[in-house]
This record gives sequence, C-alpha cells and structure tokens, in this order.
Amino acid sequence: MRSEDTASGAPRAPRWLAVLAWGGLVFLHFPIVVVCLYAFNTEESAFSFPLQGFTLRWFRIALEREDVLAAILLSLRVAAAATVLALVLGSLAALVLARRQFFGREALTLMFALPIALPGIITGIALLSAFRLAGTSLGFWTIAAGHGTFCLVVVYNNVVARLRRMPHTLVEASMDLGADGLQTFRYVLLPQMATALLAGGILAFALSFDEIIVTTFTAGHERTLPIWLLNQLGRPRDVPVTNVVAMIVMFVTAVPLLLAWRLTRGTEQVAGSGK
Amino acid sequence: MSGGAAQAGIGRVLSNVLYRRSTLRLMLMLTPPLIWFGAVYLGSLLALLAQSFYTFDDFTMAVTPEFTWGNYQALLEDANADIVLRTVGMACAVTVASAMVAFPVAYYGARYAQGWRKGFFYVAVMLPMWASYIVKAYAWTVILTRGGILYWLVGQLGLLPALEWVLELPYVGGSSLSTSHLGRFLVFTYVWLPFMILPVQAAIERVPPQLLQASADLGARPVQTFRTVLLPLAFPGVVAGSIFTFSLTLGDFIIPQLIGPSGLFIGTMVNTMQGSVGNLPLAAAFTGVPIAIIAIYLTLARRLGAFDAL
Repeated sequence: MRSEDTASGAPRAPRWLAVLAWGGLVFLHFPIVVVCLYAFNTEESAFSFPLQGFTLRWFRIALEREDVLAAILLSLRVAAAATVLALVLGSLAALVLARRQFFGREALTLMFALPIALPGIITGIALLSAFRLAGTSLGFWTIAAGHGTFCLVVVYNNVVARLRRMPHTLVEASMDLGADGLQTFRYVLLPQMATALLAGGILAFALSFDEIIVTTFTAGHERTLPIWLLNQLGRPRDVPVTNVVAMIVMFVTAVPLLLAWRLTRGTEQVAGSGK
Repeated sequence: MSGGAAQAGIGRVLSNVLYRRSTLRLMLMLTPPLIWFGAVYLGSLLALLAQSFYTFDDFTMAVTPEFTWGNYQALLEDANADIVLRTVGMACAVTVASAMVAFPVAYYGARYAQGWRKGFFYVAVMLPMWASYIVKAYAWTVILTRGGILYWLVGQLGLLPALEWVLELPYVGGSSLSTSHLGRFLVFTYVWLPFMILPVQAAIERVPPQLLQASADLGARPVQTFRTVLLPLAFPGVVAGSIFTFSLTLGDFIIPQLIGPSGLFIGTMVNTMQGSVGNLPLAAAFTGVPIAIIAIYLTLARRLGAFDAL
C-alpha cells in the first residue's frame, strides 16, 4: 500500500499543479535573492536594476562599523537569555501538561497559545504598560522578558509533542525497576526529550534574534539588530551596509534552523515505543 | 515499603512522596511557568485592559485613573472606524489570497513531492518563514520602488500601461507600486504565506490517498473530488493557517509604515498613540479590537477543529 520513492509508485503531478507549486517556491525566495544580489552591488545609493557591478567592499565596511557589531552582540545576548528562560519554563509546563488531566488544563493550554495567537503589538504594549506601572527601567532584561514569553510557547509546543508520542509505560517501567523520579527523568525522559529541547531552543533563539514588534516596545534606548535594521531604512546613504547586514542576518538564522529541522526529522517514532 | 524507603535515603523518600502525591509534584512543577504567565503576561494584559478605561487629558497630555467609556466611544468616530475597517479588510484579503496561493504549493508538497524532493520542498517553504521579517519587508521596498526590479521586469514585458491603469484604481492603487494598497497587500501576503502553507500541507498529508482514489473510481471528476472530498477534509488546516495570517496582519505596524499609502492601520495607530502622543488609554482601547476579533475567531476555529491541525 505504501508508495515508495520508485518511478512506478510515485504519482505524477498534473503539469499546471507543478507549475503553480514551483512558482510559489520561486515567489517565496525571490526577495531573499534580491537582497543578496544588492549586497554585492557597486552602486552606493540606489535600487536601480539591472545592477551596476560586483564588489565585496561593503562587507568590510559593514563589519568595521561599531554600531553593527553592538547591535549583533545585544541581539545574541537577548536571544541567549530568552532561550534559557523558555527552555526551563517551557519544558516544565510541557512535562505537566503533556499527559495529566486536571481541572483548568484546557484553560492553561489556551493561555500558553495566546502569545502567538495574539498580534505581537498587544504583547508588546501590555508588557510596556506593566513595566511602567512597576517602575522598571527598560533595557536588556525587559527585552529578554518579552522575548522569553513567546519563546516559551515554541519550546512548550516542541516538547509537549514529543512527550505525547512517548509511551508512558517507559516511565512506569523505570519506576518499577527501582529508579527514583530524578533518575527516571535523567535516564528515560531527558534522552527522549533531548532533540526536542535542542530544536525548540534553536527555534526560540532564531525567533528572538529576529523579533522586532515586541522589541520596539520593550527596548527603551537599546538597539537590537532588527531595530538597527528598521532605523537604517530611513537612511538612503547607508544602503549598501544595510544590504550586507540583512544578508548576514538571514544566513546566521538559516544554518541553525536547518540543524533544528534535521534534529526533529524522523522522530515521529520515539525509541522504545514499539510493542 | 516504608523500611525500604528509609534505607534508600532522603532523596528516595522525597521522590516516593512526590510520585504518590502527584498533585503536589504537579503544582511544584507548574508554579514557575504559571508565575511567569499568570503574573507577567496575563497581569500585563489585564493592566492594559484596565488602562483602556483611564482618562487622557488632551490639554495636559496626562493620564489619570478615572473610569471612562470615552476611549471605546472614540473608536466609533469616523476616522478611527476607518482605521479599523481598513485593517480588517486588509487582513481578510491577505488571508484569502494566502490560502489560494498556499493550496497548490501545499498539495504538491504533500502528495507529489517524493524522496529527496519532499525534504527539499519542506525546507524551501520553511526557511523563508524563518528568514528575518524585517529583511523581507526591506527587500520588498527595494523590489517595488520606481526604477526597481519589478518596474524593470514589467517594462521589459511591455506591460507598464497596464500597471499604470491598475495603480489608478480606487482602493487598490497609489502613486507607485511601493506606495499603493496593492504593494502593501502583496508584501503582507508574501510575508505570511509560509504560515498558511505549512498547516495546510500537514492537513492534506492526513487525508488518506485512498479516499481520493475511491472518489475518482466512483466517477467524480477531479474538480468534484477537490470540492467534495479534499477541500472539506483539509479545511481545518486552512483555518489554522488563517489564524496566523489574519492575526499577524491585524497587529502589524512595520509593513504599513514601510509600504503603501499613508492611511493608518490599527498597529500604526497603537504605536503612535502610545509613543509620540502618549495617549496609552486610547492605544489600549485600540488593541481591544484585535483581541475581540481574535477571541471570536479562535472560538469559531475551535469548533471547526483547527486546533488539531495547528
């Protein structure tokens, strides 16, 4: 019944469907290719097409700019803090909510979905107004707190999906064989969760690294990389540097994401879940 | 049992107690995320809601905690109602367009991409979704600008008069592609498209191929099979995707700021009210609109089973 990757087994797509599908893919990648092309353009201040010539000059200039490096560093630090927060709180929530039925479970699940279901501007302005009420000054930790809130959801989703696929009999067997709760966690649960945690952490990191809407509200005077990019858009003279940084940002996030994808691929079946 | 527990030391006792009193364990584990979500996140949302009833003095620019319905009444004024309608209209248009563009891509990815192409297809959809949002918005300002790559392409095809004609249409056009409603709509659709493709693809993958074969065997034409078998079964995926496309368009303020004509969006209004004007109460009342719409939307989506497709 299963159609494997053989010439006879695979149905062929109607031509119009293949054209629409590959056309959609081209559409998805077109702007990304454009940004990469312009990063090598010799012309300084215009977006005219065709391009004038090829140069690597802007890479050197961009990497010598201190504001670029400072923004990259801040974004990395914020993303690291938000990821740690999300990993701890997200996996705790997932461990509790994955299996047990109790009063209020549905409400909790819905609550954890809110930060990604509601527009980011609401999360941003709500946190800002709360920080103001509490008298907190805006800076590194308020940005990290904002990012941690929606990153938590990403980790939670990843881990909860993995735990639901893992048979609970594994845990029971471990306890029957005399392991205590901590040992069961260490030797049974954690190895099963490991790739889900890693993938969730990478996704959270990438999400935080790129987040702009919540950040504009919680950043105060700090400038993360996306905020730096947004500020650049009003500066036509800096266009080549902006193009180069934009391209670097995409490559920096693409590599770990591919890694996260490889890590979660083929884990639909958890080890030891066969009869 | 108790003797064995005593020998094994305090850790074992604790672990046994926690295993048997699972409610206690559950509460201990749930406390940190609950404090975070309950206090920080929900607390903030409630504080925001409370402030939407505060009074803003236009002359002194001061916010006082005096209860008023005024901010919500202000939403019904023509200028503000226009903003809400414009934003919701755009969100609907973007959602419908992304569903239509996403479906063939998702269908091909789920049914026809085989072997290495399957993984390639999935990654090719996933990576643009995760590529930097601000970079993607920026890329489109470059593409759509007069003299940019799209104008060049249209010129090469000899279609410039057609483009000019489209840009003169009301509700669609603008002075150039990068300052038109059409341009803004294009960028929104582009940016949220992967959020639609992935859930739809997942939903189609769950439809057994035998159902489609059976439908064909029973004499249904491909269009009939699509309309009566595939679409109803894949629809929860479309609804799941639409939660993202709709909600993200409702709240965005970066793209409306960068691309399109000057008319305000809910997001831009919230941003200026809270930022340069300092009228947090009105900004808070404005956020009530997407919250209410999303709440209704989520309730409906739940009924349609979209949550299983997320």
